Formats: sequence, structure tokens, C-alpha cells
Amino acid sequence: MTIDRRELLSAGAAGLGWLAAGFSASALAQASGHTLNIALFPEPNGVVAGLGSTGPAQTVIGNIYDGLLRFDEKLQPMPNLATEWTVSPDMKVYTFKLKKGVTFHDGKPFTADDVVFTADKLMRTLNPRVRVAMASVESVKALDPHTVEFRMAIPYAAFIQLFDSSTLPIAPKHLYGDDVTKPLSPNPVGTGPFKFKEWQRGSFIHLVRNEKYHESGLPKLENVYWHIIPDGASRAAAFESGKVDVLPGGMVEFFDVGRLDKLPNTDVTLKGHEKLCPMAWMWMNHRLPLFQDLKVRKAVMHALNRDAMAKVVWQGFAKPSTGAFSHQTQFYTPQVPQYPFDTARARKLLAESSYKGQAVRLLPLPFGESWMRLAELIRQNLTAAGFKVDLQSADLPGTIQRQSGWDFDLTLTYMFQLGDPALGVARNYVSSEIRKGSPFNNVGGYQNPKVDALFERGSREIDPKKRAEIYADIQRTLSEDVAAAWLLDLGFPTVYRSKVDNLINTSLGLIDSLGRASIKSV
Amino acid sequence: MDTFRFLARRLLQGLAALLLIAVMNFLLVRAAPGDPATLLAGESGAADEVFLQQLRERFDLDRPLPQQLATYLGQLAQGDLGVSYRQQQPVIDLILDRLPATLLLTGTAFLLSLAIGVALGVWASVRAGTWKDSAISLFATVFYAMPVYWLALLAVLVFAVWLPWLPAFGYETVGGGHTGLARMLDIGRHLVLPAVVLAMFFMAVYARMTRASMLEVAGMDFVKTARAKGLPAGRVLRAHVLRNALLPVVTLAGLQAGAMVGGAVIIETVFAWPGIGRLLFDALQQRDYSLLLGTFLVTAALAVLFNIITDVAYTLVDPRIQLR
Repeated sequence: MTIDRRELLSAGAAGLGWLAAGFSASALAQASGHTLNIALFPEPNGVVAGLGSTGPAQTVIGNIYDGLLRFDEKLQPMPNLATEWTVSPDMKVYTFKLKKGVTFHDGKPFTADDVVFTADKLMRTLNPRVRVAMASVESVKALDPHTVEFRMAIPYAAFIQLFDSSTLPIAPKHLYGDDVTKPLSPNPVGTGPFKFKEWQRGSFIHLVRNEKYHESGLPKLENVYWHIIPDGASRAAAFESGKVDVLPGGMVEFFDVGRLDKLPNTDVTLKGHEKLCPMAWMWMNHRLPLFQDLKVRKAVMHALNRDAMAKVVWQGFAKPSTGAFSHQTQFYTPQVPQYPFDTARARKLLAESSYKGQAVRLLPLPFGESWMRLAELIRQNLTAAGFKVDLQSADLPGTIQRQSGWDFDLTLTYMFQLGDPALGVARNYVSSEIRKGSPFNNVGGYQNPKVDALFERGSREIDPKKRAEIYADIQRTLSEDVAAAWLLDLGFPTVYRSKVDNLINTSLGLIDSLGRASIKSV
Repeated sequence: MDTFRFLARRLLQGLAALLLIAVMNFLLVRAAPGDPATLLAGESGAADEVFLQQLRERFDLDRPLPQQLATYLGQLAQGDLGVSYRQQQPVIDLILDRLPATLLLTGTAFLLSLAIGVALGVWASVRAGTWKDSAISLFATVFYAMPVYWLALLAVLVFAVWLPWLPAFGYETVGGGHTGLARMLDIGRHLVLPAVVLAMFFMAVYARMTRASMLEVAGMDFVKTARAKGLPAGRVLRAHVLRNALLPVVTLAGLQAGAMVGGAVIIETVFAWPGIGRLLFDALQQRDYSLLLGTFLVTAALAVLFNIITDVAYTLVDPRIQLR
């Protein structure tokens, strides 16, 4: 068979026409309004309530399911599925009045039984955080189809904070059998503003408007697409080329955010992380004689240039931490011993300490370029102060194994403080949370009976003033002890097109629903 | 009959190789640090002992390694690749779901690189020593040396951001609602950038190898004889030089077919192409053992298959070679 030049040319022309036809078809598809395209990564493990525990899973779940409450940026509760709620003076009885006339996406009515099932069975079994909180609960009862009562065995001051859509997404009891761990069909059913439409694994998750949503006029969007794009640079390119409208916090490297912010019709916001309060710090392994020496721990703190970390590595989207609590966490106080950047003082402390010049193993966090730059800056700071630092990188599974197996000298981490210190801070410092095998507890192995007792009292105390005093005492003690090297109160800038209105309107930001979001000029 | 016996023997050898690969993969994957249960527990706040133990029991991770291996091989014997820990779906379904996208990507890249690479090599060899030959050599050297990840990002920047001609990511326009021919065209547009980038390295290799091989064969006595007999130059080139020069190219094509999936991991990640390469990458990140082993095994099976096809292709290019 031979192909002559004319045939080749006509084949080429056909190919060009093929491309042009495809281009115009695609351009038309992109032009539809009331649709929001959002980048997402990593791909969630599931979007059924209770089975998706990671941040990306929760960002989708928060649109399909509702919580009883929503929380404003000052972490104050607002009504959602619960229209009103009362807390007894001794904080032992919580009573929620539920909204009437609400239906699940399959048309079945939402009642108090669904709340009891979700809190007492589904999430108590599947969500470790809820299980810890529910340990204080004596009973959960449906007093009538629209009233639920939680009766506490002992007060748990942070209890009300559990009722958001990410922690307690209300699931339909009628779809579950006896075994709540058995995965349901991939079609999740909630009462949320959006209904699950399609999930093409590796490509996208598609949600559509719930026409029967319980708040009139909402949601305003017709479609939400979550595009799963694994590479950070490709996510930035997807935004630049107009294929996605929103890059949630952490989706692109911090050095890319400033560049994207300069694009026309683009906005950047740090709002929407008030309830999560992400904070970065460096664990020091208190099990090692070296880090049992307070002078060594103080030397580490003085050696670290946290201003540079915030300005250079985080490009200004973070604040240096002043202690163990993020400035957005309730009962935060800056009135604690401070360890300003002072290399000379660090060198002096180190010279007086038990340090003998041995190499200190620093295990970074493999969450992208910015975290590696942070580790390199820390090594530079510590080296200038006289430490010999061995930077040991591993992939995420390897890092988590070493952290949870306590196989490190220094290691980086970041965790959500969850608004209330009883929920997101205590687990990092109390001795009962020193448990090998998990990287989300007191990994550093810090122990102080006074701190243990204070955290216990803080979680039970019902008077906010007394709680503030207790947590101020805790913050002072942790700082005096240098329980860890606190680095940054992290900001996670969300990059979005200016045409998107009301993108973030609670303290959970994109983890909450997009029910109020809309697109201007459509 | 010889061909049938050859194929039967090669398939049996392939199965034995796959069994060995399955055992080695199982042991290597378990030797890598990282506990799937801890990763699955995620950032949920308090991955407590009870929860972790529940996860380990659910996935049989609490049993001794030899028992786990025996169970795995027993499953394989029944054609069962297990269930993905993370996605809670049969591994075979996940792989079959992604395989067409990868085959489309790698197949297109394979044909592109082979056709253009060989054509460039032939063209350069007949113009050896001219500036055109030098230009092709320069092209081949540049794309041979350029890291595929960097080239991919460059392509996205130029063709999707600066000149918004082609889509930067995905398999098709999400929400486009295309069907039939319109959908094929849409997929084709999305295929251009990843396939071309994936093809570039091997295109460069083919060009260099074909050129060198052509020049070598062209200097041989039988070619001189053919010319001396007065055969037309075009026929000498096609029937004598090219046919003999293609043997090393066939060898390389066989290797490329197996190696393509490795390159696809990077390409599929950069272009968010929902193929098996990304499935493998995600499984590795999550230490999703059953999914990881499944994808390894399927890609190994493809490599074995391509090897057999390469052997058959030798006989087509050079009838003097016999299958035995």
C-alpha cells in the first residue's frame, strides 16, 4: 500500500477539522453558567458520611449532607437542620429542635431518629474523633420526631462544636442495615443542598442542585464539578486556562498563589479555616536524652527564624506561632514565654547543654515543595546555631510510619486545632495520648502531670472564664517546657474567580456547603 | 504448527514469569515502609488503637505474612485480584475501568513515536551530512535529554495557557455532554498533548537509531550489489536497506511497549489522565497493597504480551528468523 502526497494532505486537513470541531464543541460546553468547577486532590476514599475522613472527602460530603448547626467565623453556632437548641446550666443536657418538612435526597423525611442513629451508632463507630467525644455522652434520645436530647455523663465543654457537617453529617437511618461499616452503594444520600450525580474515578465528582432543599432559594448553583488533578503545577495551569474556578487552600504551592492573584478577575482569601485552625510545629522526641534537656529545646526555639518561614516559605500566608495554641483557637493567649529568633543565644544555650555535636535526624513532611523548603530553612537555622542536622526524607507512608513509630529526633507536622483546645490541642500534649502507631496524637512523647490535669479540667469546666484561665495556665506551662517547637499558624489561601459570590461563608470554608455560593453576571 | 507451539511455550513461560513477579511484588511491597491502616485512618483527628485494629482486621493485615501470601496466591489462582482497601471496590474492576484510557494514550504515543521517529531517521540517513540531517540530530538530542515531566509542563504552559488551543487536563470535557462522534473528537483533543509528550522521548530514540542503522546497512556489500545491478534507488532503500535496518527498531519497539506504562505514570499525573499509571501512583501513595499488586501484575502481563508480539514481529520483518 502506498500513500501519495495528496492523500496525506487531505488526511492532514481532516485532522485539523477534527481538532477545530472538537475545540468549538468544548468551548460551548464550557460556557454554561451556574456551574462551579473546583480542583480537588487527593481523590477521596469515599463521599458517604463516616467513610470519608480526609479533607478532600469532607469538602464533597459537606455539600451532600447537612449538620445540625453551622459555625460562623467566630465559631458561634448558627441554625441548619436544628432550628433552635438549648444547653442546661450544668451543660449536661443538650436539646435540639429539628427543622420540619426536610427530606433526604431519596424523598424520605428527615427525623430525630436519623440524628440519633448518626451520632450514637454510625459516627460513634466510624469516626474516632466523634467516638472520643461521645464517651462523655450517657444517652441520645428522640423525644419526638423533631426533638433530640443528648444527656452527658460528665460535661464536655467543646461538645457543641461537634455538630457541623464535617464532623456529624446527618445520614439517613433507613438506608443502613445493622452493619454500619459495610459500604453502601457509592451513591450517598443526605439532606444537603447538592445531590450526588456521578463519580468518574480519577476524573471528577459531579453534584447537582437539590431542588427540594430545605432553605428556600438555595442552592443557587446548578452543578458543582470537583476535578481530580494530581499535580500542583497542573492545577495552577487548570486555573489559568479557565478550566477550574476555584483552587481550595493547599491546592497550589504558596509561591504560585501570588502569581495567580495577579491574574485578572482573580481573588485570594484566607477565610474559611477559622474552625480548623491549622498549625505547623516540629516535634522534638522527648524520649531521647538530648531532648530531655530543656536547654537544648530552648536552643532549638531560639535558632528558628519563624518570620522568614512565614514571609519566604509561606509567602506571607502564615503567621509565626506564639505558643501551642493557634491565634484562632478559642482561649488563645499570647501572654506566654517567647523565644525570639536569636542565633547567638541559641549557640550559648547549646554550649551550656548536654549536646555533644551528634547528628540530629530531621524528618520533613512530604506535602510538596513548600514543606521541603521549610525543612531546609530549619536545617539552615539549626546549623547556624551549632547543631549538626541530618535531613532524612521519605514518602508519605514512610514518614507516617516513622512518626507513629517514634523513629525520629525532630519531625515536622501540621494539625487542625478544631476551634476548641479540648478537641484539637489536648491530644498533642497529654500523656494518655502517647500511643505508638498513630501520627495524630502526642507523637513527641511530652509528659507533664500538671498539664494532663489541667487539660482534663479544661474539657469539663463549663464556665468560659474559668476555662480561659485553665487554658492560659496550660499555654504558659507548655511554653516554659518547650513541649514542641511551634512554627506557624498556617493560612491556606483559596484562589478563585471574582465572579464567584459567597464562596466561603462559615468557619469551615469549602469543607462546608456551597449552598450559598453563586456566580455573578449569569 | 511451529508458530502454535512457539506461542504456547511462550505463554507458559510468561505465566511462570508472572507467578514469580507476583511473589516478588508481594514481598517488595510489604517490605516498603508505611502502614495502610494508619494512612486510611487519615487526618480524622484521633486514629485510635481500636480503629486501627478494626482496619487491620478488615483487610487481613493482622495475620502473619506467609498466610497473607498464601491467601493472595490462592485468590490469584481463581482470577481474583482482591479488593482495594481505599476504594472498597474489586481491583479488577478499577483496573478495567482505567485500562482503556491508558491503552489509548500509550497506543497513540507508541504509533506516533514509531511512525514519526522512523520516518525522521530514514529522512536524515538519506540526507546524511546535510543541514537537514544535523537539524534532525539536534531535535533528537534535545528531546532525548529533556525530562518528560518538564516537557509536559512546558507543553501545558504553551498550548493550554498561553495559546489556549488544547485542554490542559482530563480525558474529556467534563459536563460537555458529548456523545458519539463529538465525544470521540473531544477525547481526541484531550489526547493530543499527553500523547505527543509521551511520544517525544521514543521518537527521538527511533530517529537516532534508524538513522544509524540505515547508514550502517547502506554501506554493506549486498546493498552495493543491488545498486550495481541497476535497481532503482527507491527500491534499494525500501527493500534492502530499510528492511534490514528495522530489526533493532523492532527490538526497541518491544521494549518501549513495556516501558510506556512507566512513562504514563508521570504523564497521567501531570495531565490528570484517568489511566492505570495514576491508579498505580495513588495506590503507592496510600500503600493500597491489593490495588498496587493488581496494577503491577496487569502491567507485567502487558509487558510479557508485548515481548511475544515483538518476537513474532521479527519474523515479519526478516523471514530468515524463525520462531522456535
